[in-house]
Amino acid sequence: MPYIPPKYEAVIPQAVHDGGTEQTTVLIVGAGPIGLALALDLGLRGHDIILVNRESQLTDGSRAICYAKRPLEILDRLGISDRMVEKGVSWNIGRVFFKDRAEPVYSFDLLPVKDQKLPGMINIQQYYNEEYNIEALDGLDNVALRWGNTLTSFEDVDTGVLAGIETSEGVYRIQADWLIACDGYKSVTRKMLGMEFEGETFHDNFLIADVKFRKAYPTERHFWFDPVFNPGQSALLHKQPDDIWRIDFQVGWDIDREEIIKPENVSPRIRAMFGEDVEFEYEWISVYTFNCRQVDQMVKGRVVLAGDAAHLVSPFGARGANTGFQDGDNLAWKLDLIINGKADRRLLESYDQERSLAAKINILNSTRSTDFITPKSIVSRQFRDAVLQLSAEYHFARGFVNSGRLSLPVPYPDSTLNTPDEATWGGGVRPGTNCMDAPVSTGGEDKWLLNSLGWKFKLLVFADVGDLSEGQLEGLRLLAAADIPVESIFISQFEAGEFSSLNDISGLVQDRYAAGSGAVYLIRPDQYVAGRWHELDLSKLGVALRRATGKQ
Amino acid sequence: MSPNLILEPNLADYDEVYQKIIDMHSGLSDEESQSANAKLILTLANHIGDVGVISEAVKIARDNTLQWRKKDTQS
Ligand SMILES: Cc1cc2nc3c(=O)[nH]c(=O)nc-3n(C[C@H](O)[C@H](O)[C@H](O)COP(=O)(O)OP(=O)(O)OC[C@H]3O[C@@H](n4cnc5c(N)ncnc54)[C@H](O)[C@@H]3O)c2cc1C
Repeated sequence: MPYIPPKYEAVIPQAVHDGGTEQTTVLIVGAGPIGLALALDLGLRGHDIILVNRESQLTDGSRAICYAKRPLEILDRLGISDRMVEKGVSWNIGRVFFKDRAEPVYSFDLLPVKDQKLPGMINIQQYYNEEYNIEALDGLDNVALRWGNTLTSFEDVDTGVLAGIETSEGVYRIQADWLIACDGYKSVTRKMLGMEFEGETFHDNFLIADVKFRKAYPTERHFWFDPVFNPGQSALLHKQPDDIWRIDFQVGWDIDREEIIKPENVSPRIRAMFGEDVEFEYEWISVYTFNCRQVDQMVKGRVVLAGDAAHLVSPFGARGANTGFQDGDNLAWKLDLIINGKADRRLLESYDQERSLAAKINILNSTRSTDFITPKSIVSRQFRDAVLQLSAEYHFARGFVNSGRLSLPVPYPDSTLNTPDEATWGGGVRPGTNCMDAPVSTGGEDKWLLNSLGWKFKLLVFADVGDLSEGQLEGLRLLAAADIPVESIFISQFEAGEFSSLNDISGLVQDRYAAGSGAVYLIRPDQYVAGRWHELDLSKLGVALRRATGKQ
Repeated sequence: MSPNLILEPNLADYDEVYQKIIDMHSGLSDEESQSANAKLILTLANHIGDVGVISEAVKIARDNTLQWRKKDTQS
């Protein structure tokens, strides 16, 4: 049984009939994975949100299937990761095939990430992620999710945005303080803002078939360069939950897009790959062209772009949704402070700065993968094939094989929110970098460090509470009660009274943060390091906090 | 101004090294020769293990080639 996307009831607000204008704090356009996650993030922070989506159903077929560790950590903060990990498929073994060799040129084992809560990557259909997120939103009265509501116009004025929304029964208006455009790569918001979407289209196409096999195949990722069943091209096989397999065939530029996706034209490819007698059913067939594009400004007035609306990458390396979730993670806390009047709108400049950099690096990574997978010149193909031939025999050459790299979070080493190190550190987590997880315990219960970070500013204090002077403790109390509160967490085997404490049961926190006794880390609400010092200095901390909130 | 890449003479026996590179190609088709060249570059790049040094060498190889292109078209 192929997946049937759930249908939701289209919402016709009262304003359609009485011609009134609705008010909300944040209008989010687009209930794809990014809009949904942002609605949950801002909704859990208590803001009034209207989320409109053109269709009344989820997209049929899964687009994104690979969810990397950092997005899973973000979704864990929002409370939907556990379900995804439980439903998802974890794979460790990957095999790379070349030409007609039956044996892989090599195989690799993605060792599970040690001593961290979440795996390096799971495979799960995008619609499960969306469904879980929608269910979580059901519990929030302050978030209105409106299917069958399309943004058709807006005016961006200094005090807010006046948006025109179309439904099947007529139009109405929403007056919002902020508009977040998560309306995908064809974003009408972007077009209405007159923004360019510069970049590159790769002259190649990929045919995707999501199929269910009768017989079980191993849970491995297989990648073929120039195989006999797809000569001169590449192919990829990936497992999803529910015994569904994704097969990607590179098919070249000159194709008939309608013909190529007909089941009768896809089946011969699958039979050539798995044998004449293979039995399977189709879930979804689609064809897509690679694009790498990005806007040169993610914020304009009171309109903010996130996800595919702001950047598009080729799917090798699974960076689309994975990057978009990190846009949301970066945006939510900043907008929260601004809405609550605790930070200036200028703070959003850092969203643009940090996430534009991330988009740029993602595009660079995915362009490199695409160039390796689909070489553009004779010499590029010669080098690619040379790498593959060498790698069958020599381990060192495998490093050059690029069939899509794991999507990793992009650090912001030059962000204006960072306080650069003033002393030398033997490693650890640098300012502008996301925090590493580690096992901890509190009150005898095992926990994960990252589950104690996020939402607000946190200060990790690598000391016992008894090591601090009364003046220092008073300083930490004031920080916790300040306008923008900073919660102190002692990394210590002792309870810390009025403060929280985490016991570093395996010494890995100290290790991973290269923290000597007395060291402190100031951590942003998106679990990125803002600054760190070998010892607590309250005035330096105050300056760093002002920087990290765009006030300096 | 090349702090890493050695541009001073550095081989004891140039003739021998040159001959080894030419001999690598004996009996190979043009296509195989291209493949062998690529493998040689990749193997040496790994041995060097320093992106700075490799970048400098890449620049020299490219710039020198472009200079000769100019000379060819001028003559
Ligand atoms: C074949 C394929 C494989 C992929 N694999 C991966 C992967 O493995 N990992 C990964 O991370 N990413 C992957 N991606 C990318 C991923 O699917 C996208 O990056 C992701 O869906 C983007 O989410 P989004 O919320 O920004 O936009 P979308 O998912 O495009 O959602 C936009 C939403 O906005 C709505 N909308 C549009 N205009 C309006 C309007 N005017 N008013 C109201 N609503 C509107 C649309 O109805 C839609 O629901 C893949 C993509 C493809 C095509």
